[in-house]
Amino acid sequence: MSAPAFEITGLRHRYGVRTVLDLPHLEIRRGETLGIIGPSGAGKSTLLRLLQGLERATEGEIRFNGAPLCCPAPVEITRRITTVFQRPAMLDRSVRDNIEFGLRLRGRRDRAGVQALVDRVGLTALVDGPARKLSGGEMQRVAMARAIATGAEVLLLDEPAANLDPANVARIEAIVREEQVHGTTIVLVTHNTHEARRLAHRTLLLIGGKPVEIGPTDAVFDAPTHPETRAFLAGDLVY
Amino acid sequence: MDSILRALADPALLAIVALSFQVTGIALVIAVVAGVPLGAVVGLTHFPGKRLVTLVLYTGMGLPPVVVGLFVYLALSRSGPLGPLGWLFTPAGMIVAQVIIAFPVAAGLTQTAVEAVDRDLRLQIRALGATRWQSGWTVLREARIGVTAAIVAAFGGIISEVGAVMLVGGNIDGQTRVLTTAIVLSTRQGDFALAMALGIVLLLLTLGANAVLLQLQGRRR
Repeated sequence: MSAPAFEITGLRHRYGVRTVLDLPHLEIRRGETLGIIGPSGAGKSTLLRLLQGLERATEGEIRFNGAPLCCPAPVEITRRITTVFQRPAMLDRSVRDNIEFGLRLRGRRDRAGVQALVDRVGLTALVDGPARKLSGGEMQRVAMARAIATGAEVLLLDEPAANLDPANVARIEAIVREEQVHGTTIVLVTHNTHEARRLAHRTLLLIGGKPVEIGPTDAVFDAPTHPETRAFLAGDLVY
Repeated sequence: MDSILRALADPALLAIVALSFQVTGIALVIAVVAGVPLGAVVGLTHFPGKRLVTLVLYTGMGLPPVVVGLFVYLALSRSGPLGPLGWLFTPAGMIVAQVIIAFPVAAGLTQTAVEAVDRDLRLQIRALGATRWQSGWTVLREARIGVTAAIVAAFGGIISEVGAVMLVGGNIDGQTRVLTTAIVLSTRQGDFALAMALGIVLLLLTLGANAVLLQLQGRRR
């Protein structure tokens, strides 16, 4: 078994008096793709923000590669993790500048590498155009390329293929698969159970901020042990 | 028309224009150098008293220039706390008054511009590994249209301002006479040709300065 990239212990996160996340224990293994599914308000995106270090947990501890990720985590550590959000927010710059942005933050340039990435995500013809003029699917591919260009070892994906047409969903999933081959640790939050099934090695179901079931993806989908998982997968869970 | 053209060719007008630009230019640089970073910090951070700071800045944006002129006059007068500086009826005193007018405009509008940058983009910038400084600079750059508008508004507010510079500068010929105070004086003296000429110059200068700022903004259309 791989050593964990993240180890979460006694994690509680509250907004005011409302507890939005309550995770007694969770390990995310190095090189795996963990799918996180669950209804709206389950705490999926909150968990990603905590893993990225964008928010500080109210209680508990997150360890990244064995070291606490908090208080706040130094940028040298958080730079090993990056996030692609559901809505791709583009800088008011060219596609190339957007993709190079994370590298430049690190004081690095890799023109050939960036060009290869541009080609890989199918944006060669658009690379010098303004990123904000792209379609939603194209922007999401820029966002994926921008995250991958940083060379981060963990990719947090917050519904990266939501609201995209099937062709762009396929492209995004192809990019994710390539990252899996490269050994990137991926945490994929999705509403789309089919997507989780296609991409995740393990799947975690969160409901109301609490883990209901976690296990190998096939097991969670084919032989769920918890009644709420069965209800969620059957679409019977009203939310 | 001939009289306006003759007035435009008057060498005295050049001195007035030069002093106007000197006073307003220095005041604008000071207001922008201090105001834009302050506005950015207030816009980008959360701290106790932020609402109070915002209230003060927004109130400052609406300060009547003549009231600013009055306070600066009193501060710089012989018995005032800044009297020993000897800046009353000098360009330095006029600069002080214009900085007080322009600073809250530059800071307040920069704050608004920074706060208007998409929150998701701010999160994304951090999630891509930006340090606090890198994040602030990137957001400020994203807000450049609004920041340019802040600078333009600050410039427009002081180049066309008359009350404060009249009170603090005294409109002394060859020393503290600027475009706006010269227009007031010419109009009172019935020299409408000179007043019109000065007005045309003021409009052209404002137009030119705004054109330069917009060019610097690098706005893509």
